[in-house]
Amino acid sequence: MTIEFFAGRYPYILIAVLLAIGLYGMTMKRNLLKKIIGMTIFQTAIYLFFIQGAFKQGATIPVYSEEFGTDPTLYMNPLPQVIVLTAIVVGVAITGVALSLLLLTYRRYGSLDEDVIIKSMRESA
Amino acid sequence: MSQLPALIPTSLILAGLLSLLVGLRSLRAGHLIALTGTAAAFLLSVVGLVEVTSSGQPIRYAVGGWIPPIGIEFVLDHLAAYMTTLVTGIGTLVLIYAPRSIRHESPGKSALTYPSMALLVAGLAGMSITGDLFNLYVFLEIAALAAYALLATGDRAGPFATLRYLLIGAVGGGFYLLGVGFIYFSVGSVNMADVAARLPELVESRSVITGAVLMVLGLALKMGLFPLHFWMPDVYTNAPSSSAGLIAPIMTKVSAYAIVRLMLDVFPPAYFTEAIPIAATIGWVSAAGILFGSIIAIGQQDYRRMLAYSSVGQIAYVGLGIGLANPIGLIGGLLHIVNHALMKGLLFLIGGAIRWRTGLVRIPDMVGLGRKMPWTMYAFVIAVLAMVGIPPTAGFFSKVYLMIGAVQADAWVWFAVIILSSLLSAIYFFRMVEFVFRDVENESDAADDSATGGVTARELEGAVAGEVPPSMFIPIAILSAAVILVGVFNFLIVRALLEPAVAPLLGG
Repeated sequence: MTIEFFAGRYPYILIAVLLAIGLYGMTMKRNLLKKIIGMTIFQTAIYLFFIQGAFKQGATIPVYSEEFGTDPTLYMNPLPQVIVLTAIVVGVAITGVALSLLLLTYRRYGSLDEDVIIKSMRESA
Repeated sequence: MSQLPALIPTSLILAGLLSLLVGLRSLRAGHLIALTGTAAAFLLSVVGLVEVTSSGQPIRYAVGGWIPPIGIEFVLDHLAAYMTTLVTGIGTLVLIYAPRSIRHESPGKSALTYPSMALLVAGLAGMSITGDLFNLYVFLEIAALAAYALLATGDRAGPFATLRYLLIGAVGGGFYLLGVGFIYFSVGSVNMADVAARLPELVESRSVITGAVLMVLGLALKMGLFPLHFWMPDVYTNAPSSSAGLIAPIMTKVSAYAIVRLMLDVFPPAYFTEAIPIAATIGWVSAAGILFGSIIAIGQQDYRRMLAYSSVGQIAYVGLGIGLANPIGLIGGLLHIVNHALMKGLLFLIGGAIRWRTGLVRIPDMVGLGRKMPWTMYAFVIAVLAMVGIPPTAGFFSKVYLMIGAVQADAWVWFAVIILSSLLSAIYFFRMVEFVFRDVENESDAADDSATGGVTARELEGAVAGEVPPSMFIPIAILSAAVILVGVFNFLIVRALLEPAVAPLLGG
C-alpha cells in the first residue's frame, strides 16, 4: 500500500521536499547568498507544482490539430503554464532585486553573514 | 464609464514608465508626470466611488475583451473603490511631498523614486480592483518590487533591511501562489466570482482548505502580522521619510484588504469561522501583536522606529476586525485601514519634515521643536490624538466599532486589549508631545538654530512660516484635516461604502 501511495504521488512528494529545502535555506542559513539560493529553490518548487498539476499523459499542445480532433482531453490545459510563465518572470525580477541588494549590502558591510551585519548595524545606530 | 476600472491602473503604470524615461533627462518633468498620473488615478477613483455608491452596482471590465471567467476581470465595487481612492489619494499627497525630502535625505535617487512610487500605487490599486486570484498575485509582486526599490534607497543599513523584507515577502508571495494553485486544481478557475460560485459544493475538500490556509498565510506574511513583523522596524527606520510615508500607511493594509476580500467574496460566508478557524487565529495573533507593538514602541528612542512598532500594533487592529468576523467588527477593521493610513502617513511625513528642517530623528533631541516648528507640531498633536483615539478624530470611531463588535462576539479579552493598547499608545505619544513642547532649558541650545544636519539658511527661504516649504507642508495640512474630517463624517463612509461591502456576512 505504501508503495502505491508513493508511486502515484512521487512528483508531489518531490515538490514538498523542494519547498522544505528552500524554506530551510531561507530561515536557517546565516549567509545571505544562501538565503537567496533557498528562495529560488522555493520558487522553483512552486512552478513545478503548477506544471505537474496541469500535466496530462499523451496530450498535445493546446493548438487545434486535425489528428487530435476536438476532444478537449487530448489537449494540455494552457492556463497553469501561462501562470507559471508569469510567475517565472516575477521570480526573476525578485531574484534580480535581491542580488542587487545583496551587492549593496556587501559593499557597505564587507560581509554576507547576517549576524555580523546585524552586529555592526546595532553598533553604528 | 465601463472603462473606468482599467483606466486606474493603466494611468499609473503609464505614468511610472514615462516618468522613468523622462526623469533621466529632466527630474522636474519626471516628477510632474508621476504626479499627474497618480492624481488622474485619484480623480478616476473618486468618480468610480461616486458612480458605485449612486448606482449600487459594481463596474466590471473584461481585460482584453476576454469574457470572464476565461479572461481577467477588474471589478470596481464598494470595497475596491474605497481602497483605490485611499491608495491613490495617499500616493498623490506623498508625491507632492517627496521632491524636497528625497533631495535632502538620499540625494541622486530622485529620478528612480518617482517612477517607483507610481508603480507601487499601481500595484496596490490593481490589487484592490482585480477580480482574479492570480492577477492579484501579479499586482502584489509589482507593488512589492517597487517597495523594495523605494525602501533600499535610504540609510546605510537600508539595503540589508530591505533584503530581509524581500525574503519574507517572497515566502509570503510564494505561499499565496501555492494556495492559488490548490484552489485552481480543485475548483478549475481563478476568477473570484467564478470560484465563489463553484466553491459551495467543495467546502469539505481538503485541497480547498489547504489552498485557503496557504493564501491567508501568505497574505498575513505580506501584511506583517505579529510574530512575522520582525523585518518592519529596521525597514521603516532606514527608509527615506517619503518612502516610509507612502509604504507604511497603505502597503500592509492592502494585503489585509485582500484577506477580507477572500473572506467576503470568494469563500462562502462563515467558511473562515466554522469550517476552519482562520478568523479566530488571525484575531488572537492580532491581539498579541497589538500589545507587543504598543509595549515595544514605548521604549524606542528613534522616532521612526517608534512609528514602526506602532504600525505593528495598528495593522493588528485590522486583523482583529477580521478575527471578529461579524459585520460591526469588520466595519471597524476596514474603517481602521483608512484611519490608520491617514494618521501614520501624517506621522511619517511630519518625521520627514522634522528631519528636513533640523536633521533630528531621536525623540530626546526634539526638545523645543514646538517653538521652532509650531505648525508642524500642531499637525503632530492632531495625529497623536487620533492615534490614541480621542473623539472627534478618526482613530476614535474605528476603535468604537471594533469594541462594539467585540461585545457582540463576547470577545472580552479583545475588548480589553483595545482599551489597554489605547492607553499604551497614549504613553508613548504623549511622552514625545511632552518633549517637543518643553522649553529649551539653557539659551545656548536655543540659539543653536543653525540646525545640525538640517537644511542651510538659504534653503529655508520660501518655507512656510520658517518651517518647511509649501510642497511639504500642504500634504501635512491636508492629511491632518482629513484625520478630523474622516472622524466627523465616518458614518457617511460606513453607510455608503462599508455596510454594502460587508453584506455577505449578514446573509450568512
